[in-house]
Amino acid sequence: MNVVVCVKQIPDPAQPGQLDPGSKTLKREGKLILDDSDAYGVEMALLLAEKAGGGEVTLVSMAPNGETSGLRTALAMGAAKAILVSDDSLAGTDALGTAKVLAAAIKRAEPDLIVAATESTDGYTGTLPVQVAEILGLPSVTFAKSVDVADGKVKVNRQTEAGYDEVECPLPALITVTAGVVEPRYPSFKGIMAARSKPVEQLTVADLGLSADQVGAAGARQEVVDVTAAEERKAGEVITDEGDAHERVVAFLDQLKLI
Amino acid sequence: MDFDLTEEDAAFQQVVREFARKEIAPRAEQWDQEARLPVEVVHQMGDLGLFGLVLPPEWGGSGASFTAFCLAVEEIGWADQSVGITLSAGVGLGAVPIYRFGDDAQRSAWLPDLATGRALAAFGLTEPDGGSDAGALRTRVREGPDGWVLDGAKAFITNSGTPITSVITVTARHAHGGVSAFLVPAGTPGLQVEPAYRKLGWHASDTHGLVLADCAIPRDNMLGQEGSGYRNFLATLDDGRISIAALALGCARACLDAASDYARTRNAFGGPIGRFQAVAFSLADMATALEAARGLVMRAAWLKDHQRPYKQAAAMAKLYATETAVSATRAATQIFGGAGFLEENPVARFYRDAKVLEIGEGTSEVQRLVIAKGLDLPVSP
Ligand SMILES: Cc1cc2nc3c(=O)[nH]c(=O)nc-3n(C[C@H](O)[C@H](O)[C@H](O)COP(=O)(O)OP(=O)(O)OC[C@H]3O[C@@H](n4cnc5c(N)ncnc54)[C@H](O)[C@@H]3O)c2cc1C
Ligand SMILES: Cc1cc2nc3c(=O)[nH]c(=O)nc-3n(C[C@H](O)[C@H](O)[C@H](O)COP(=O)(O)OP(=O)(O)OC[C@H]3O[C@@H](n4cnc5c(N)ncnc54)[C@H](O)[C@@H]3O)c2cc1C
Repeated sequence: MNVVVCVKQIPDPAQPGQLDPGSKTLKREGKLILDDSDAYGVEMALLLAEKAGGGEVTLVSMAPNGETSGLRTALAMGAAKAILVSDDSLAGTDALGTAKVLAAAIKRAEPDLIVAATESTDGYTGTLPVQVAEILGLPSVTFAKSVDVADGKVKVNRQTEAGYDEVECPLPALITVTAGVVEPRYPSFKGIMAARSKPVEQLTVADLGLSADQVGAAGARQEVVDVTAAEERKAGEVITDEGDAHERVVAFLDQLKLI
Repeated sequence: MDFDLTEEDAAFQQVVREFARKEIAPRAEQWDQEARLPVEVVHQMGDLGLFGLVLPPEWGGSGASFTAFCLAVEEIGWADQSVGITLSAGVGLGAVPIYRFGDDAQRSAWLPDLATGRALAAFGLTEPDGGSDAGALRTRVREGPDGWVLDGAKAFITNSGTPITSVITVTARHAHGGVSAFLVPAGTPGLQVEPAYRKLGWHASDTHGLVLADCAIPRDNMLGQEGSGYRNFLATLDDGRISIAALALGCARACLDAASDYARTRNAFGGPIGRFQAVAFSLADMATALEAARGLVMRAAWLKDHQRPYKQAAAMAKLYATETAVSATRAATQIFGGAGFLEENPVARFYRDAKVLEIGEGTSEVQRLVIAKGLDLPVSP
């Protein structure tokens, strides 16, 4: 079974991010790392391919400046190869544009299954994967908390507010996985060394048969109109027990719909 | 000159850092309290390839440099010194002597499990009556009907009584006076592992005294040439010194990280304590000593990786890095004030753990002896 994992390479969330004052989007000039959210997808894909007893895990990513650091991490975990789309004309690409690019790249790998995260850590619109599925004309199942593949079908326990739904759909298909679907492995030293020589195919927009006006700022149908600073986090509320603390804690959690 | 790590070493350092932060640091206090070596973490570290790093692939290792190994020891030690010494000793004293001095039968018997963290090996040199004076060895070996018979005692042997200890290398003297090393499989009749010591620090590391009483082992269990035991363990210690120094770097860095955070956030007299020069300069000194120590450790590892002489460099790295670690724990607990004296604070644990760094694998005095001898001084012994 061939699996494609969409992996986003993002600026290190541990470092303070910066917005480009003009486009109001995140600056991505420096070194990018593998989005933690996608480590789950990579692990899921590796486990499914191992279980199927054959086939490869291919990574697909779109990122500026030919950046491969995040891809190397996922290759070190065990993925076989990667496709990277990097092209100056992609600057300013919105979510739909990104989906078109990824869909075109994914098609080349002829996957049985496509895995993405539910949402990325930096953009977190959570819109990309379903757009990719739509463009490719494939069924999609989102919010997977567990995944199994058998008899040409993918079986997913789909997280809901109340619990989970059991969903089944025929392959090929696209799924999005939640954090914790499986515990991602740490790349071993051997894995890191092996990743050095694994193939990373670098493609341009033209290689994908897309025209420049479908992508980039030119093709964007979305625009970031305004950005405001998030409200500073308020100090937590301290509940001192005067005999009724448990009731007040329950009421507080209830109000947050956590129980 | 190039001060950058290779791309792969840097990537690997990140992975081990992440692993130490997520899998080890949150549980270090608990293991310390329980005085329990977390075997499950040894297995996890084995999966990461840490125990096999410096061993070649044919024995289950990954053929990495000694520098890469030191990076790993520092990162693990940053989270937990006990787990760090388990790694440092498990590789440096346990597996590597079997690889370096063993024959292929011995290698294939022990290394695959050691390289993957499925088993741990120990090295018994120190005796109740002699550590620094390792040549004063009293353990005896004689020829028995089917092999060798050992009699004597060993003291302070790391990893000798864990649930996964597979083999212990011990040094012993022949009647003719020469010293050889022998592989004693765990569970051999006549090998008695004494109850674990109650230690000031390194609580989650496994340390026992051993008694060898009519302990019979097969003829093939001699490690290396007959009479080469003394020379071989000296070589082993040179490597071990560099990795103990790397462990000390982890200790000092953990103190610097924790105390700097605290200096930024703890308020006294209307502002953060980090604005007092007494506090800030203490941290500045700590950071400077740490960098100097790192320079010595990385250079010693580099010399070894490039097959250059490194005995002096290893002794200097061990001496300076371990003394830096002890000073750093003292300064860090001071910056934390009363909070630094509480067991729930990691710096309190590092304070207890640091001292032994100046003792194990050659005391600071022994390092100074080695360095002084390198200066061609008539020091004795
Ligand atoms: C007007 C506009 C201009 C923009 N300009 C830029 C720009 O110049 N440069 C820039 O970098 N971003 C730009 N962005 C942001 C960019 O469009 C989004 O980050 C991107 O579309 C993915 O959205 P997301 O992170 O919200 O994905 P989500 O839908 O939250 O992602 C879900 C999952 O999809 C997969 N995925 C998402 N993105 C990628 C990717 N790139 N490669 C592989 N897999 C992926 C991952 O598995 C991810 O976890 C712009 C956005 C807008 C609206
Ligand atoms: C937790 C722990 C784990 C250990 N693990 C191992 C292990 O796995 N395997 C192993 O073989 N050993 C191990 N050791 C033993 C360790 O290597 C010895 O404790 C150390 O070498 C010192 O020996 P000693 O304790 O006999 O002290 P001594 O040699 O008796 O020294 C006592 C003091 O005298 C000083 N001194 C001695 N000789 C001189 C001299 N010539 N000049 C100046 N000062 C001198 C010493 O520096 C020291 O301060 C471990 C020790 C500890 C505490």
